Amino acid sequence: MVDSNDADRKARPGTGGGNPDKGGDSLEARRKRLATELAARSVPETPEVEGREKPQGFALAVKLSSEFVAGVIVGALLGYLLDRFAGTTPWGMIVFLLLGFCAGVLNVLRSTGAVSTPVPGSRSGTSEQD
Amino acid sequence: MATDKVDPIHQFHLNDLIHVDIGGLDLSFTNSSLFMVIVAVVTAGFLYLTTANRGLVPTRLQSISEMSYEFVASMLRDGAGSQGMRFFPFVFSLFMFILVANLVGMVPYFFTVTSHIIVTFAFSMLVIGTVVVYGFWKHGLHFLNLFVPSGVPGALLPLVVAIEIISFLSRPISLSVRLFANMLAGHITLKVFAGFVFSLGSMGAIGIGGAILPLAMTVALTGLEFLVAFLQAYVFAVLTCMYLNDALHPGH
Repeated sequence: MVDSNDADRKARPGTGGGNPDKGGDSLEARRKRLATELAARSVPETPEVEGREKPQGFALAVKLSSEFVAGVIVGALLGYLLDRFAGTTPWGMIVFLLLGFCAGVLNVLRSTGAVSTPVPGSRSGTSEQD
Repeated sequence: MATDKVDPIHQFHLNDLIHVDIGGLDLSFTNSSLFMVIVAVVTAGFLYLTTANRGLVPTRLQSISEMSYEFVASMLRDGAGSQGMRFFPFVFSLFMFILVANLVGMVPYFFTVTSHIIVTFAFSMLVIGTVVVYGFWKHGLHFLNLFVPSGVPGALLPLVVAIEIISFLSRPISLSVRLFANMLAGHITLKVFAGFVFSLGSMGAIGIGGAILPLAMTVALTGLEFLVAFLQAYVFAVLTCMYLNDALHPGH
């Protein structure tokens, strides 16, 4: 039984492929041809949709640079405020500016997906909670 | 002679319409305030009028309102879970305000509210303020676990926590800079290319022939700007949902 079924399946595409050349008026052959043509038409649309979701060019530049610059600005601001109120004049700025650079790089890596989950332990924890 | 008229920055000037000065504070009603009022009135009026005599089979305008509701609701549900739906009014008003402000700014001679960083910064501080207040109110000090990733060796922990805190504090800045920079740069580019059309066109017959190129560019950029107007409102709302998710589920 299994063998004969397989043989049928193997035989049918062969005959279906042969039919359009002869007349192409058998219903199955036409449906098959329609399906392949529809599939061929729908292929170009899917990459376009995927491409639209990714930010391109200028949008990507603004996104990444804003992420990086924000980290540096916050670091510099914290360092400046610490120096201003604690009187540790050059050191707060130096340390927090460096930390700000680190945070900026971290932001960029996260937004590009190089560091996939922001806080790995807590994210998996929340999914267990839910 | 043309340089005065083709100043790409001029569109962002703030003018006092009604001068108000209370105790040294300048609380004037500016053109920015006027357009904020217009945006709020247009948004609320549109949503109210399209849903006023609603039918089971929606009209076109009613279905726009319903689509925007569904859009924000599914975005919030995906981003922050079903618990996040308590923030729906907040996220929806934020999204609609930014979207309508961006679109209103596309009308010639109209002022773009979101092209000023103080406006977008106020929006993002509102978001982060909500996240921090709600996080501490709901989770208490457990909210601080957001800054402590698991699996970090003890010696590195102070450094990593400091970097995480700076990274968290940089969120409102990057959020506001992104919206502001996109709107500002888009409008300046549009104005510069439109300015080329004007200055080339005033150079006689050859100039008019050459002005076709920047004119085509302006038309293309206008289409792109409408896309950016929608996309930036969407990005702002999506990131809001992500941050609210941190407030709802900080680690434990």
